Amino acid sequence: MATIHPIPAGDVPALQTEQLSVYYGSNPALRGIDLTVPRNRVVALIGPSGCGKSTLLRCFNRMNELIPEARVEGTVRFNGEDLYGERVDPVNVRRRIGMVFQRPNPFPRSIFDNVAFGPRINGNTTGLAQTVERALRQAALWDEVRDRLNESAYDLSVGQQQRLCIARTLAVRPEIVLMDEPASALDPIATQRIEELIYELKEDYSILIVTHSLQQAARVSDYTAFLYHGELVEYGPTDLIFTNPVEERTEAYVTGRFG
Amino acid sequence: MRPGTEGAHDRTPTTESLFTARSAGGRRERFVSALLAASAAATVLVTVGLVLTLIFEAGHFLVEVGLLSFLLDSEWTPGFRPARYGILPLLVGTLKVAAIASVVALPIGLLTAIYLSEYADRRARALLKPLLETLAGIPTVVYGYFALIVVTPALRSVLPGIEVFNALSAGIVVGIMIIPMVSSLSEDAFRAVPRSLRDGAFALGATRFEVAWRIVLPAAASGVVAAFILALSRAIGETMIVAIAAGDLAGLSLDPRIATQTMTAYIVQMSLGDTPRGTIEYQSLFAVCMTLFLLTLALNATSQRIVRRFRTVYR
Ligand SMILES: Nc1ncnc2c1ncn2[C@@H]1O[C@H](COP(=O)(O)OP(=O)(O)O)[C@@H](O)[C@H]1O
Ligand SMILES: [Mg+2]
Repeated sequence: MATIHPIPAGDVPALQTEQLSVYYGSNPALRGIDLTVPRNRVVALIGPSGCGKSTLLRCFNRMNELIPEARVEGTVRFNGEDLYGERVDPVNVRRRIGMVFQRPNPFPRSIFDNVAFGPRINGNTTGLAQTVERALRQAALWDEVRDRLNESAYDLSVGQQQRLCIARTLAVRPEIVLMDEPASALDPIATQRIEELIYELKEDYSILIVTHSLQQAARVSDYTAFLYHGELVEYGPTDLIFTNPVEERTEAYVTGRFG
Repeated sequence: MRPGTEGAHDRTPTTESLFTARSAGGRRERFVSALLAASAAATVLVTVGLVLTLIFEAGHFLVEVGLLSFLLDSEWTPGFRPARYGILPLLVGTLKVAAIASVVALPIGLLTAIYLSEYADRRARALLKPLLETLAGIPTVVYGYFALIVVTPALRSVLPGIEVFNALSAGIVVGIMIIPMVSSLSEDAFRAVPRSLRDGAFALGATRFEVAWRIVLPAAASGVVAAFILALSRAIGETMIVAIAAGDLAGLSLDPRIATQTMTAYIVQMSLGDTPRGTIEYQSLFAVCMTLFLLTLALNATSQRIVRRFRTVYR
């Protein structure tokens, strides 16, 4: 059984799962997950590779539906509303819950057009230049690209590309940002920039971040969830999970004894 | 461990003499390599021989008729006295049929490719792909009679002014014939667009259509254009359908309703007819062949260039 430490009373739930299970064909990838992501907090998902972190993240913006063999069971609530309800359009879900991927995936077009893509498909083209600038500023990329907005996104360094992808996500003005190992392809300096960025974004967004780096989880997150073999083993405030976990498996993992 | 580094470490040191091991395999290796080289050389020889024959015979013809009148004369009347040998009517006829074919094949082929790569689930693909392959495998003579016996009467019942042999029917059926080519080459181009780009767009709230139209299609544009050009080249080279259904009137007209001779159809007519070899009339065949050859060569080269020049390099 999982150990779920209580969440302080002041924290409002933004996302909640109840008995969430995911199967790929007949293989279970997640089993009975109960997890609450509070608003304006950073929640880290940690656990060994293959334990289901990315799968869990994709449940929150219904990206699993794009994988033909994936099947989701259980409930996911977003501000109390059933995310998988019959009348809910996954397209709207994804506009409100953004996602940044493990490897930067800018579109093969200009820096400007990358950031403008979301507003354009949403029909928000009034003040597009300001929207793009604001998103780039929020992603701490504006000063580096302000003079080259029409250059190809592929001319940026990998670290810049990842910040561009963050800017692209922010330009849609989501309420929640999901990040799947956003710094795993980056060097230490670029990683540090992303971490600083996460710290700033917390003001306005709830952030759910998958990371394979325990130090990163400890540095950036308020809450940490430890997943193992598709199950949620322990979830609670980050300092508690790292310094005083209840579950033996959590302790073994955070002290680096396995994984 | 990184893939590919395994083998280097796992290889156990051999105690056999490296020298004997090599020379035993070496003889067979040399034989195989000679055999392969000979096959390759045969291909080159055949091609060179073909091109030389073409150049030689077409050269004879051009010396006789004159390059300028071949290129600029507005009439192609080999059977008349005096005969006139302007390639333009045949070229226009060819392009007319190819244009009609393109109007049919490009949109249908492109939409089919988008459907197959972006929308279809496994079951729909399993149904559609073999169907397209079947379409691609039908002998062109069957298409030709399909044009003459099915499409032409249907067209004539709708458009009264249409002749029995006409460019429209042949063009439509050539178009149907090249749909599989357009769709499968375009689909390859779509599939080369990495999954991660689609995911990035979906995650921003793009619909399936927006992903296909705004991300996949632009990213695959060079491949799609190359597919179009290759299909056009195939349409220009198509012989049987036009020989059966388009008629044999070499005229400088864009009217799709009338009989129209293409370069390929003329070549068939001339090869099957009883025109004595060595006459200028007979040699005109090679000049037309040469033109057709250069045209399709240019198209294929353009298509390859586009693929190479404008290929998006994903990282
Ligand atoms: N598209 C997929 N199809 C089938 N199985 C998958 C797919 N994606 C992930 N899995 C399986 O689900 C499990 C969890 O994967 P994932 O969520 O990617 O884990 P993590 O992100 O923690 O490394 C793994 O066993 C993986 O093999
Ligand atoms: Mg993962």
